[in-house]
Formats: sequence, C-alpha cells, structure tokens
Amino acid sequence: MESLTESLTGLTLDLADLSLREVNQTLHQPTQNHVQILNPNGCHNLAVGLDAPITVEIDGHVGYYAAGMNQQASVTIRGNAGPGLAENMMSGRVQVKGFASVSAGASAHGGLLVIDGDASLRCGISLKGADIVVGGNVGSFSAFMAQAGRIVVCGDAGDALGDSLYEAVIYVRGQIKSLGADAQLEPMTASDYAVVTELLSKAEFDYSAQEFKRVASAKQLYHWNIDAQQDY
Amino acid sequence: MCGIVGLLIKKPELRESLGAWMVPMLIGMSERGPDSAGLAVFTSQLAGERRKYSLYSGQAIFDWGELIQVFRQRFGMNLTLEAQENHAVLTAEIAPAEIKAWLKQSHPTLYLLSVGRSIDLYKDTGNAAELCNRYSFQALKGTHLVGHTRMATESAVTPAHAHPFTAGEDFCLVHNGALSNHHQIRRQLEPQGIQFETDNDTEAACRFLEWRMREGDDLETALQKGFTELDGFYTFLMGTDDKLALVRDAFACKPAVVAETDDYVAIASEFRSLAHLPNIHDASIYEPVPEEIYVWKV
Repeated sequence: MESLTESLTGLTLDLADLSLREVNQTLHQPTQNHVQILNPNGCHNLAVGLDAPITVEIDGHVGYYAAGMNQQASVTIRGNAGPGLAENMMSGRVQVKGFASVSAGASAHGGLLVIDGDASLRCGISLKGADIVVGGNVGSFSAFMAQAGRIVVCGDAGDALGDSLYEAVIYVRGQIKSLGADAQLEPMTASDYAVVTELLSKAEFDYSAQEFKRVASAKQLYHWNIDAQQDY
Repeated sequence: MCGIVGLLIKKPELRESLGAWMVPMLIGMSERGPDSAGLAVFTSQLAGERRKYSLYSGQAIFDWGELIQVFRQRFGMNLTLEAQENHAVLTAEIAPAEIKAWLKQSHPTLYLLSVGRSIDLYKDTGNAAELCNRYSFQALKGTHLVGHTRMATESAVTPAHAHPFTAGEDFCLVHNGALSNHHQIRRQLEPQGIQFETDNDTEAACRFLEWRMREGDDLETALQKGFTELDGFYTFLMGTDDKLALVRDAFACKPAVVAETDDYVAIASEFRSLAHLPNIHDASIYEPVPEEIYVWKV
C-alpha cells in the first residue's frame, strides 16, 4: 500500500501499481471522502460492493460489473463501461461519461444510474427500484421484466422495449423501434412530468419533460388467460 | 466463453509492428479462453500461382528437414519451408488439391491448417502466452490478423477444434458464442460435396460463409445470408486476403469493442485487450451494433 498517495482532495489509487483487490479493499474501508482511481484499463469488478457515502472518480474505461452492488457511494466513470454496470445497485449514484455495454443497471434496487452516452441491449433488465437516465439510445430488450423503478431515455429505444414489464415505468424522448409483449404507450400525467423533470435535473440533462412518452405495462400478463391459448 | 482479437494496420510503415501490438491483445484474452489459442496473419500476397500452406505436426517431434527433402524430390526445388517446432509454412507453386492428396497419402499425421496467397495460420491447445512464445508471434509482420482464445463449451479440446477455422483459400473465422443449428447447416452443405474436419459449430459457420462466397456472393452478401441462416449466439471475426469483418447476432450476448485510429483498427472481446495500444486514448472506441456488418479493408 505504499503507492497510495494522500492529498488534500482525497486519495489516489493507481491500478498500474496496485492490484484490483487492494483497490477494492481500500474502497471498502475508506479513510477519505473522495477517491480517484487511475489506469482501470478495462478491468472487471472495479469499485464493487461499496457501502459508504464517498465519491469515487475512475479515470478511464472499465470492464464487467463496475460499481456493482453499490450502496451510498457516488461513482463517476470518465470513460466507457463494460457489461453489467452498477448491477444490483442498492443506493447511491453511478455515472458513466461514455457508453455502457449490455445489461447496465441490471436488477438494481435503488439509487440512480446515469449513462451519458448510449446504453447497449437489456439496459435495466429486471430493474427492481432504481432509476436510470440514459443520455443517448438504449438497445433492444431494455427494461425486460423490469419490476420497479424508472428509466428515462433521452434518445431512441431499440426493439422489444419493456417486454414483460411489471411496475417499472419507462420514459422515451426519441423513437421506439418496437414495444415488447405487454408494454404499451400511455398518456403522460402531471406526476409523470414531475418525475421526468426531477430525474433529468439529477442527471443534468437539459431536455423538457414535455418531449417524453410514457411506456408501462398493460398488465395483461399478470394473470393466466385461458382464452389466449398460450399465444403470448 | 472465448476471446477474440483482430488488428488491421493502416499505414504500411507500421506493419512491422503487427505482432508486437497483437501479443498483449491475445494474452489479455487468456482468461476468456484458457484451453486453446490460435492466430491467422495475412501478409502481402504471393505472386502468380505460389501459395502458402500452414502445416501442424501435433505433439510428435517432426523432422521438417526430412520433409523438405521429400517435398523437393516429389515437387521440384522451387519451394521453401519455414518451421517452428510443430508448425511450418510451406511456400510452393503446387495446386491445393495436389498437395492435399499427397500429404494425406505420405504424411497422414500432418494437419493442413490453411491455404492461400497471404494467410499463415497457427493454432494449438494450451494458453495464449505459450503459443505466442513458441511461434514468436511478437515478430509477426503483415497487414492484418485474426486471433482467438478458446474456452470449449460444446465440443472437444483438441488442436483441430481450436480457432481460427478456415475454408477455401485466404479465409478464416473465429467465434465467441455457440450455434444451435450447426447440424442443420452441415446437412445442407455436405450434399454439395463440402467436407467437415470436426464436429465443431464454428466450422459450420466458416464453411457456410466460404461456400456462399464460392457461389458468387461477396463477403457482405454472405454475411447478410448468415444472419438468417445461422442461429445461435455469436460474435464472428473474419479475415480475407484484404479485409477484416465483424458481426454480432441480434442478441449481442457476446461482447466486442472496436478502437480505431489513423494507424490501426483493433477489435477485441473486451477493452482490457486494447488498453496498451499506441494512442488508444485518442482512438474512436465503440461497441459494434447487433446484426450490422463491419468491414475494414487493407
């Protein structure tokens, strides 16, 4: 741990000198409120399992499962993220300045995930209560089986958006290539406009809530329908 | 899980660096594919009817010196053989059918890895670092290459099952994923006289695409047909004498990242295999979109 350099602004951890395990262990028992991480070079599992109200800045691209299971911490990635960004986040905030690969925010229970660029396929799959704001487009099958939480897409959505949705709600500013089974467009209400305004503000995107459409579950898959003859 | 890497050098003066830039890429994908590795490198084309034949002798110690004598007695003096341990590249003005028949009869233990005017192919079981050392990949020069690290999921771990697969001349393919209808593809191709060397799913994709191109499709048209005919999960990276091509299936379960600068196009399953490349921080970095055909020309 000799290469940890403390400064007035916090701690700098350089993955060129430290192992991933050393960096994650330091983040699990933080002595500073702010930590900067250098040279991630696409490594997996960086800044996972944090549970303290610290800010973490990662300078560069990260690999699989970055900031997974996050609680309380605010993690900013100045680069792109691999698959499973902020998967199973419980609280706090994760932001990626570039693009995020598949399954960003998968199964996240709480907190806010902000993706400045595009998100690939299956963004917010099985979402369980977190909020996701995507500055660009989302790929196909986004919000698949999403159970709770809100997803704001400032760009376009791919195929099968919101397939088999439960109670999560999706707001899309651009084009929707196709809706998934049981997902439907619904009118925006005053509370929807308030939600979108609040989330855009938190994510610092300068769009009007008036530009967004609401997608939610038609709830036709909630109960077995004998007349459907399994033709779902 | 498997790892794929590809590299195309745009500026001729940098083509001496092909191997040195690639070695950390391939080794970087070792965790994704620890059981086998392989590489196809494309060099400038041989003139006329001369062709390169990549040969593999397996585990046995092979007397390449004796082989070159026998070759010369049979086919004349105008041929060369460059050997490294269990691998050799034969360069000769001999038709592929003739050399295949002769090898089968006189040296049935030798395995013909590739044929073409610009392709050299290496593959074996073992990890990527071992292969890089054994075959001196660091020193490779050329225009472009395609590499693979394998974690077998649906067929045996043998040198023949390692990637890249080849079919025809100057064509190879590596695959991350698994095809679900490769038996069907096989049944479609075998009546056309197309012979398979393994029971591997990737070989079916490789032979399907090469068959389409032999039937007159260009690479892009063949790949478009592949989207409808090949079922399963895949990121395919292919090399021809003057192109690298990349496609991902509609579900994009298998990753790929592209980094492009004025000097090179580099492709890998993950960014960690690209992080060492020169000027990577100024590169245009993107994830290829599902069911879109990406082709880069030398």
